[in-house]
Amino acid sequence: MISKEQVTHVADLARLEFDEAQLNNFTTQLDKIVDFVDQLNEVDTTGIEPTTHVTSAVNVFRDDVPQKGEGRAALLKNVPEERDGLIRVPAIIDKEED
Amino acid sequence: MNFETTIGLEVHVELKTKTKMFSPSPVEFGDEPNTNTNVIDFGFPGVLPKVNKQAYRYGIMVALALNANVTKDTHFDRKNYFYPDNPKAYQITQFEKPLGTDGWVEIEVDGQKKKIGIAELHVEEDAGKNTHSEDGYSYVDLNRQGTPLIEIVSKPDIASPDEAYAYLEKLRQIVQFTGASDVKMEEGSMRVDTNISIRPIGQSEFGTKTELKNLNSFNFVRQGLAYEEKRQSRILMSGGSIRQETRRYDDATGQTYLMRVKEGSDDYRYFPEPDIPPFHLSDEWINEIKASIPEMPDKRRDRYVNDFGLPEYDAQVITNTKEMSDFFDAAVNHDADPKQVSNWLMGEVNAYLNENKVDLPQTKLTPENLAAMINLIKDGTISSKIAKKVFQETITNGTEPKKYVEDKGMVQLSDPAKLTPIIDGILDSNQQSIDDFKNGKDRAVGFLVGQIMKQTRGKANPKVVNQILMTELKKR
Amino acid sequence: MVDYFKEDITSLHDKLVHKEITVRQLVEATYDYIDKTEGKVNAFITLNKEAALKQADALDEKGVDPDNLLSGIPLGIKDNIVTKGLKTTAASHILDNFMPVYNATVMDKLDALDTITVGKTNMDEFAMGGSTETSYFGKTHNPWNLDKVPGGSSGGSAAAVAAGEVIAALGTDTGGSIRQPAAFNGIFGIKPTYGRVSRWGLMAFGSSLDQIGVMSRTIKDSALVLNAISGHDEHDGTSAAADVPDFTAALNQDIKGLKIAVPKEYMDEGVDDDVVSAIKAAIATFEKLGATVEEVTLPYTKYAVPAYYIIASSEASSNLQRYDGIRYGFRAKDVNSLKSVYVRSRSEGFGDEVKRRIMLGSFSLSAGYYDAYFKKAAQVRTLVKRDFDQLFEKYDLVLGPTAPTPAFGLGEKITDPVTMYLNDILTIPANLAGIPAASVPAGFSKDGLPIGVQLMAKALDEATIFKAADAFERHTDFHNQVPAFKGGQN
Repeated sequence: MISKEQVTHVADLARLEFDEAQLNNFTTQLDKIVDFVDQLNEVDTTGIEPTTHVTSAVNVFRDDVPQKGEGRAALLKNVPEERDGLIRVPAIIDKEED
Repeated sequence: MNFETTIGLEVHVELKTKTKMFSPSPVEFGDEPNTNTNVIDFGFPGVLPKVNKQAYRYGIMVALALNANVTKDTHFDRKNYFYPDNPKAYQITQFEKPLGTDGWVEIEVDGQKKKIGIAELHVEEDAGKNTHSEDGYSYVDLNRQGTPLIEIVSKPDIASPDEAYAYLEKLRQIVQFTGASDVKMEEGSMRVDTNISIRPIGQSEFGTKTELKNLNSFNFVRQGLAYEEKRQSRILMSGGSIRQETRRYDDATGQTYLMRVKEGSDDYRYFPEPDIPPFHLSDEWINEIKASIPEMPDKRRDRYVNDFGLPEYDAQVITNTKEMSDFFDAAVNHDADPKQVSNWLMGEVNAYLNENKVDLPQTKLTPENLAAMINLIKDGTISSKIAKKVFQETITNGTEPKKYVEDKGMVQLSDPAKLTPIIDGILDSNQQSIDDFKNGKDRAVGFLVGQIMKQTRGKANPKVVNQILMTELKKR
Repeated sequence: MVDYFKEDITSLHDKLVHKEITVRQLVEATYDYIDKTEGKVNAFITLNKEAALKQADALDEKGVDPDNLLSGIPLGIKDNIVTKGLKTTAASHILDNFMPVYNATVMDKLDALDTITVGKTNMDEFAMGGSTETSYFGKTHNPWNLDKVPGGSSGGSAAAVAAGEVIAALGTDTGGSIRQPAAFNGIFGIKPTYGRVSRWGLMAFGSSLDQIGVMSRTIKDSALVLNAISGHDEHDGTSAAADVPDFTAALNQDIKGLKIAVPKEYMDEGVDDDVVSAIKAAIATFEKLGATVEEVTLPYTKYAVPAYYIIASSEASSNLQRYDGIRYGFRAKDVNSLKSVYVRSRSEGFGDEVKRRIMLGSFSLSAGYYDAYFKKAAQVRTLVKRDFDQLFEKYDLVLGPTAPTPAFGLGEKITDPVTMYLNDILTIPANLAGIPAASVPAGFSKDGLPIGVQLMAKALDEATIFKAADAFERHTDFHNQVPAFKGGQN
């Protein structure tokens, strides 16, 4: 059973927010979905390697040769707020990186 | 109560590649904001990463140089978190299977040697840069976004701030010798995060650790850790308990300050990066990389002490950087006396580098020229005094010493056939000095040599002058 | 002047080369027809008329290359494929004004062959859905019955082709998003092998599952367009290094001796009676053409759906984190803290289905749940793939229905996610295994809705699918039927 607290926690990780009605709705739906995917527990996967890539390619590298980008003006064209070639965001108060 | 200290260090090293870890944008510093970027660095919809082979190669090289096991079957992972300098909102890193595990370096503190374990090291991409402004906004520059990094994580073997310092110094030296990075704290190409905990001696579980960030030099690391060690023990001694928190070291006050309290562990939702196929590295490639690793500093130091008879300290200084050590070896290969090369490097050369704030490769000095100059002194062609002039010329302009001293007429006068008449002339006109000498006044010799030097404009070889002068004086 | 129901790329090409029509006339006729039908179908998000006409004039000026069948051919492009200078939205509010500054590799390849981009087709938001009902830009209607969904997520591309608005279109397929709408619209649609077509410029949904493919009425047209967009790409590390055969060389071949497997799980209960009848008839046709058809078992089929939803949603939750309101796309109004830029832009910018998947994916990857969900699903994926590997040691093709039912009603399933997800049970396995699969028109339900038969082959063996599908097409008439545009009052 998925709890509202779990849903709120995951929403926070994903930077989403729900009002009370949405939260109830999402909790019910997610609970159903999680219930549904839980049937995977019927499968014995002991000793089975996970598949995360289906391409046959391995060891794909690029040579260390610089290439020019699309140019700053083009790259900044879609930026909602920009100043002096920099991307502007509301002040960062606490750094959450590792 | 007596405590023992456990320190963990996470070191990030920026790799010296031409392009970024997963995009072909150039890696350049100090350019206009957001100019060394492309759609990949901006995390535009639809872009895909592609791994820089040279960066991965450096990763393997550093792993080998740190005595780590290279992971042959591995992949990249995504570390998910939101931050303006992290455009995809995930960092591509290696989490599940880092490319190197279980390495070590040997340090020496107070004459005691100790192995410090390295838990793992991996390659990953750097983030961009946020500038926090007074106007209530922050500004994002993605030039640094995607710069290749190696992260090196120590095992909890470091037991004191001095050991931490020695470990960092050793790590810096080894990485520098591989050529993978400039490893300069002041330029940000080496960054250090630390954690420290203390526990009563004999207690098996570790104490609660605090993290220290924003450490801009090895000294600050040592000072910050020492402060933290004392702060923690003060708290424990007074019956308090340590909070799991991140602190900042302020070098102005020499104290650490709370940045934020850690609540639980972060949830980065790591999973294998689907856009990059996995690696199954061949032994051939790993062996080829192994063979290309330059001789490491410890080995060179032993060689300098044992083969060339350099003092331990001198050997240490010469092996501080690969450039200096390579220069030393090259000069010695040009038949210069190792001791003399070492003296010059540690003396005049270092003084020049410090004064001009440059690195050895940025000067015009070549091993050939330094060796040639040393040999000119040795065979008496120039005096040590003249040599200083020659040195300034060759390090500034790259002039060949032999040609320079010949062109400038700086060649020392050592030929007795030429010196004897000059000395006789001086003696002829200084009877008083000859008398003084005969009366046992040694000072008279100094005066006479001075006169000879004056007449030869300093070019006379002092050794030869002394010999001839004595012979001639005795004749009178 | 031009009726796409009576043409294919080859016949259009002949008309262009022999100057029976100019490229401008073809393009104008295309837009004239679109003007008349879009009110009913709503297959496009953005039309590219001005640039298309300009390009047409330039082509008329330079002359259509007689050796290049695609020169001057108007195509529809799904709106999750980035087109430089042409708005690309993934049918999401969060990108509703996004102007790409680079081209997807498939667009560079098509541009080099002088195809004409008619417009960007509607889809489920970020390709998440099987009905094109989750688009921010309104629903697309099924031309066969305007009260029915066109399927999805490439519902716009499918409906545009089925309605005769374009001759062919690019779609994308993560769990059936090309094949199911192709089936629902009575057209051909192929999802190539994972890695056959570069994903550079495809707005990622499930990166280990996504593939770009082609949808068209005739099989030959898909072969021609797939020829054009396939091949290794330096930009995409997962793209296959293998050579690309000429897929049209597989056409007009005999299929005697072809070995076809039909998994019994694909014909189980839950599959509509009309669909079962159509597939049985298709099997009979293949047997008549000399193929041998045997029933086999793919025991992990049932688990493919939950495994898929965990994997696709996990990858999507990470892929969609870049839509944060900072560098491009929608930024919520009146946000004064960094966190509110993120939370409000994303909460207002994404629709409910996208949020559901982000939530499921974030949950599956979160601390304490990774092993039980993401890793478990990835292990089940191994078993699903292994099943196929074994089957393809003995058989050339795997055959089954494309979807358990014909097109369902608009609004019918959108409220129940799990029922919607189960609709993908027959298409998902090919994505998990990375193998090529196509839907071929195979009949109609009693209500006159199209039904598709699905053909799957081993990795990089699209040619065998083309060969069998083409033989089937030559001996059936389903692909020549014209939709009725009935209904549409609601």
